[in-house]
Amino acid sequence: MRRTPHDGMPSRTPDLTTEQRLAEIRREAEQRGEVKAAGVRPSGAPFPIASPETGYYGIPLLKEPAWTWEVPLYFFVGGAAGAAAVVGAIADYTGADRKLVRDARWIAAAGAVISPALLIADLGRPQRFLNMMRVFKPQSPMSVGVWTLLGFSGAATATAFAGFMRERYGPSLPLRVMENAGQAASLAFGLPFSNYTGVLIGATTIPVWNRNVGNLPLHFGASGLSAAVGMLEMMRHRKSRALQMLGLGAAIFESWEGWRIESRQQTGLDPLKRGASGWIVRTGGVLSGPVPVALRALSIISSNERSHALRRWAGILAVAGSLITRIAWVHAGHVSARDWREPLEISDPLCTEKGV
Amino acid sequence: MSRTAFLTDSTLCIGCKACEVACKEWNGVGEDGLEWSGFSYDNTGALGHSTWRHVKFVEHAPQPGFGGNAPELNSWAFSSDVCKHCENAGCLEACPTGAIVRTEFGGVYVQPDICNGCAYCVIACPFGVVERNRDDGRAFKCTFCYDRQKAGLVPACAKACPTESIKFGEIESLRVKAQERVEELHQRGVKDATFYDAGNTSVGGTHAMFIVRGDPRSYNLPSKPEVPTIYLKKGWTSSVIGAALLLGGTLLAFLADGER
Repeated sequence: MRRTPHDGMPSRTPDLTTEQRLAEIRREAEQRGEVKAAGVRPSGAPFPIASPETGYYGIPLLKEPAWTWEVPLYFFVGGAAGAAAVVGAIADYTGADRKLVRDARWIAAAGAVISPALLIADLGRPQRFLNMMRVFKPQSPMSVGVWTLLGFSGAATATAFAGFMRERYGPSLPLRVMENAGQAASLAFGLPFSNYTGVLIGATTIPVWNRNVGNLPLHFGASGLSAAVGMLEMMRHRKSRALQMLGLGAAIFESWEGWRIESRQQTGLDPLKRGASGWIVRTGGVLSGPVPVALRALSIISSNERSHALRRWAGILAVAGSLITRIAWVHAGHVSARDWREPLEISDPLCTEKGV
Repeated sequence: MSRTAFLTDSTLCIGCKACEVACKEWNGVGEDGLEWSGFSYDNTGALGHSTWRHVKFVEHAPQPGFGGNAPELNSWAFSSDVCKHCENAGCLEACPTGAIVRTEFGGVYVQPDICNGCAYCVIACPFGVVERNRDDGRAFKCTFCYDRQKAGLVPACAKACPTESIKFGEIESLRVKAQERVEELHQRGVKDATFYDAGNTSVGGTHAMFIVRGDPRSYNLPSKPEVPTIYLKKGWTSSVIGAALLLGGTLLAFLADGER
């Protein structure tokens, strides 16, 4: 595949202004027999060189992620489903509202069905998905993640199925065993499933991802929790104080995370702060952090009816923020991979001038 | 079986691209760059799923000539790039299917009948070598001519190289040969000849070594390539803390919620 450089290199195609200037010079030469003004700088000039300052013609060393749109969506769905399973199980164990337990399980089960579908659809050879189960490799976050996903999918769907059968046809011993074992397993698998995707992208060569490897799992975990809480609030669980506290906690963490992203000074973090990718990160951060914090704080001091409306909006915006956050990080990874300076440790002259 | 390696000596390379052609012929890799990239005589710009050998054309900045009206002195260098076959290979560690294996010759080989195209190896390679083929769906890179080596033959690129710029042999003896060659070049006045094998990084050395002139970065060779497994400890620690916080926080929230 032919590759082209992305920034800092002159265009190699003839441009209109140059061509027009050349035409002018030709006309002048015809009319007067001589040309007084300066000529043109040929497009692409000066001749490109490869050097310690320009790298290899500014052609990126690293490859961009080949993942398609399914992957950020998978990060979002998986994070929300994992956190929902945890919320559902703990709500059940502490004897909370039955409807809350049931709805949390349904979110987990829905995520447990959608997640593998998204993951398989992203493969270059989807029919070979089962090859993932040839081996278990602790050193590969992808392998660990696939096994976690399988465990979670089985457990979460079994729990929801057993619960549904029990409600419909009455309790029985096998169903109770299935429901309880399924719930325990979906709690155990849900915990890593809610945040492992942070390790998945953190342990790569993409600079903006690996610089944040110590934070991404926490960030994605909080994002998943805030999405799960938001979905439950959209399903009319707007009275639960536990959900309010969880949503508030996750939003406060996300606000701190956003502040940290903005304030950290380190090379390779530009895609999180500058350009289009920076603005997507910011949008996701504001929707997951300060906005829900403010709405939830307002809802605590508001009257009952207004409080519910405010919580509904906090929930909806947190879900949107969580989705945008995942898209933003994947997008920032693409921008980071295209940065030819970073892996060659060549500083950007424009950034050095500004003292960044 | 002895562990083998490539030593690519850019001071001998004439930029003929015979290695690229030989590689394509032997491995049945399709055409991928019949147009010029605009960067010297380079067609493809980088290694990829359809470029397993890539000849780099490194144009140096023109130097002023000697004497009054002497023209500027232009110079360039060529270097044939290839998969580095790292000792600690990021792609191999990352592969969730076990499709990527270490061969008995020390090379890193993608088994095409196993690979399911998850593309995780693509972002695990510190040299940006392995790539997913959009049409085929699987990931591809240099095989170190595993089939030829098994039959006791030299890899196609090394076989075709007319100047022996690409040397192939047992890794330790090649390393010695490389040191001797660099010293010889230094004695002959080529002071900027450098040996590159990423030996002092977490990659732990490569089975494709290079002799380049000047800064390796102008050949798109990173000064500090790191195998991504070094980030695992930090990542999983954070993941465990996140899980503990999620569990503890949820428990606390529901226990503190009096209205059951």
